[in-house]
Amino acid sequence: MNIGVLALQGAVAEHIRSIELAGGTGVAVKRTEQLADIGGLIIPGGESTTIGKLMRKYGFIEAVREFAAEGKPVFGTCAGLIVLAERLEGGEEPHLALMNMTVARNAFGRQRESFETDLDVKGIDTPLRAVFIRAPLIREVGSDVDVLSVYKDEIVTARQGHLLACSYHPELTDDYRLHEYFLNMAKEAAEGKTGR
Amino acid sequence: METGTSRVKRGMAEMQKGGVIMDVMSAEQAKVAEAAGATAVMALERVPSDIRAAGGVARMADPTIVEEVMKVVSIPVMAKARIGHYVEAKVLESLGVDYIDESEVLTPADEVFHISKNEFTVPFVCGAKDLGEALRRIQEGASMLRTKGEPGTGNIVEAVRHMRLIMGQIRHVQGLSKDELYHEAKTLGVPYELLLGVHETGRLPVVNFAAGGVATPSDAALMMHLGADGVFVGSGIFKSDNPEKFARAIVEATTHYDDYELIARVSKNLGTPMKGIEISKLDRSERMQDRGL
Repeated sequence: MNIGVLALQGAVAEHIRSIELAGGTGVAVKRTEQLADIGGLIIPGGESTTIGKLMRKYGFIEAVREFAAEGKPVFGTCAGLIVLAERLEGGEEPHLALMNMTVARNAFGRQRESFETDLDVKGIDTPLRAVFIRAPLIREVGSDVDVLSVYKDEIVTARQGHLLACSYHPELTDDYRLHEYFLNMAKEAAEGKTGR
Repeated sequence: METGTSRVKRGMAEMQKGGVIMDVMSAEQAKVAEAAGATAVMALERVPSDIRAAGGVARMADPTIVEEVMKVVSIPVMAKARIGHYVEAKVLESLGVDYIDESEVLTPADEVFHISKNEFTVPFVCGAKDLGEALRRIQEGASMLRTKGEPGTGNIVEAVRHMRLIMGQIRHVQGLSKDELYHEAKTLGVPYELLLGVHETGRLPVVNFAAGGVATPSDAALMMHLGADGVFVGSGIFKSDNPEKFARAIVEATTHYDDYELIARVSKNLGTPMKGIEISKLDRSERMQDRGL
């Protein structure tokens, strides 16, 4: 299963490594045409303002919306979660606006407040080591969104059908279980599509 | 819950990869940089070319400038402390800057010792022009590296020299036998364990950006082609004719560094880049890269 990692800016190599550890094939995606060759797309951590601008510039907003409309899974981590959100706190213009949630940027503070912690995630049997870097959080979600984990009463992992998002960086540790979870989402989507 | 771990500090730099970090001297410039797609800004009182022209002692910026920049942008804000100046770094940390550059662009405060960066919660970036400097800075606690280049010259030749040297040295270390590594560690003046890591992985344990002399989109793309993880642009943007256009063009050329048609397109009608300096015209005493070894 080919999983694309949007390679406009950010931690691309780390996601490719995690996907390969989970048994998939990671592909750096720099052009919209490449979306045709992948079964799922990861939008990595980086700076959401930079990634959002470059996505607009190169036609990725429409292209990824079409990709998702075909039922193909998309996974956003940190900046990627911001890019996926329908609503951004503070009135900032949303990017892909695919997931029914409101996201606050830099919600934990500046870099000195960045941290790592053990985190329980629904669907993963033991806690994940979650690295939060100038991380966003999910203020509220629509009724069609499943909350997969909370940290200090704040939502940090969520799933809406074939869309997955987390505030932290699963790609910065050797624990690839969240990537495995996403890879399975992509496999299920592909099987569903072949008309079984 | 733990803050300031090496994963959190190095991870912050990983998130800057493929991006452009721009020097800014005011809140207005910071907004221009953010709007152009910068992944972070470096808040300064003067850009390197002005520091070079002014002479005298260059110090940490006035905290007012740093705070004003922090107020107007949502991207990370970096600031420079003098090499070895523990207190300037602590002051910047107290202001809440996201990254500190212990920088040879400022006049060194200590000619022997660098800041002990491991004891800070805020991460540090340091300059390096060879593998020895790179691994010494990492041992002291740097979470990110950059080439030194020759700041404020608008001349890419020194950054190219440093990037090529470090990449070549990494390849050399990869090919050494275990017993040769001990000798190499001694020669480079670096801890054996860090050198062993480079030998085994074929890379530095932190990201390495290009800095010092980047003046055009093609300069930025060249540094990416040579293996840089991203680019710092100092004087190159706000000393050019059209900062907005230069900033946007350098961001695009960094992302698509191997798409030459795109680089050609963004390079059209940019206006005049900053005026450069031929390195051989610099007196040895004016070379910033020889500070902090």
